[in-house]
Amino acid sequence: MVHEWALAEAIVEYVKSNYPNINKFKRIEILLGELQSIDEEILGFSLKEILKSENITVDELVLGEEEAVLRCRRCGHEWRLKELKLEDEVKEAIHFVPEVAHSFIKCPKCGSRDFEVVRGRGVYVKEVIPYE
Amino acid sequence: MSENMKIKIGEKDPRLMVLDKRLSKVKRILPVMSSKGGVGKTLVSVGLSLALKDLGYQVGLLDLDITNPSAHVALGVSIEKFPEEEKGIRPPLVNGVEFMSVAYYSGDSPLPLRGSDIDNAIKEILAITIWGSLDFLIIDSPPGLSDEVLDILSFFKNSEPIIVATPSPLAVNSVRKLLELLKDYNSANPLGLIENMADQPSQTIESLAAKYSVQYLGNIRKDPRIDYNIGDPEKIRGSKFFKDLSEIAQKIVQNSF
Repeated sequence: MVHEWALAEAIVEYVKSNYPNINKFKRIEILLGELQSIDEEILGFSLKEILKSENITVDELVLGEEEAVLRCRRCGHEWRLKELKLEDEVKEAIHFVPEVAHSFIKCPKCGSRDFEVVRGRGVYVKEVIPYE
Repeated sequence: MSENMKIKIGEKDPRLMVLDKRLSKVKRILPVMSSKGGVGKTLVSVGLSLALKDLGYQVGLLDLDITNPSAHVALGVSIEKFPEEEKGIRPPLVNGVEFMSVAYYSGDSPLPLRGSDIDNAIKEILAITIWGSLDFLIIDSPPGLSDEVLDILSFFKNSEPIIVATPSPLAVNSVRKLLELLKDYNSANPLGLIENMADQPSQTIESLAAKYSVQYLGNIRKDPRIDYNIGDPEKIRGSKFFKDLSEIAQKIVQNSF
């Protein structure tokens, strides 16, 4: 089982921590930032398995992708990750720790590695709706 | 549904929710810290890991000098391959020490990061790293009092920082500020102070330790040949530096909290 499982565990712990006495949810929505290229199917499977083992039911478990947009801190240029061609090995390194993107990606306009990830970095919980 | 039933997004970071679980099999966490650069934190971290391993303990070493990781160089770790995955990342066993570093992913390329990115990288690494049963987790940290240091002090409960100083007045001035900062953290109980590059204990460092009620763990003599041993654990083990550090490791083992 790949490292998506570890992230799924974190999400479930997060939900449990925020709703300690609730085990029925209407909806949980997770956003997957494009930069981290998380495998949606594997994360979804991991989430379902862990939720089941915790006796937590979710009517609607939604996983959506968020496009990655980067902005250069030196020249201000903004670009989409899709505009770049990255080698598979680089994509895999970024998959584990998204910040290593700064080792491999440079601003297409000025060549700076000093950029910010405006959106689409990694995994985050967008919405949790419990049954009251 | 009432508004207050909704989670305020960003209130807590999911990745920190699993930190206790990730460290559940780790008995003692020893961050090696010094606000002064060049005092030998990385070599002390690596040497201490090997010395504790040689005393028969299970040891992990985590390099949290995110923008300038170098513990892998000192320990002679190949970063050619990504670590194996098994419901997270399993730190590879290197010379008997479980070793984790961002360098497995950034390789030999520069990794220039600003504060929030450093914080994110640390959270990601802590969330996905599955440590085995460890008696000691040694953490190498960068100089300064910035993101890595603050994250170590904030995220780890019951850590026992080891502070590294040298007899230089510059180091004394810098380390004093770290000791002052540590007073603010109930979660960090300083284990002691190591005086590196000192042929004998100096009164200045011993007084500093006494002033902050921190144990003076010992001095490590200057070892002009230590740079020739970097990258080869067997050579490190044969050094004067390692002999002195091993005596300090004995003291750490005898200190049970």
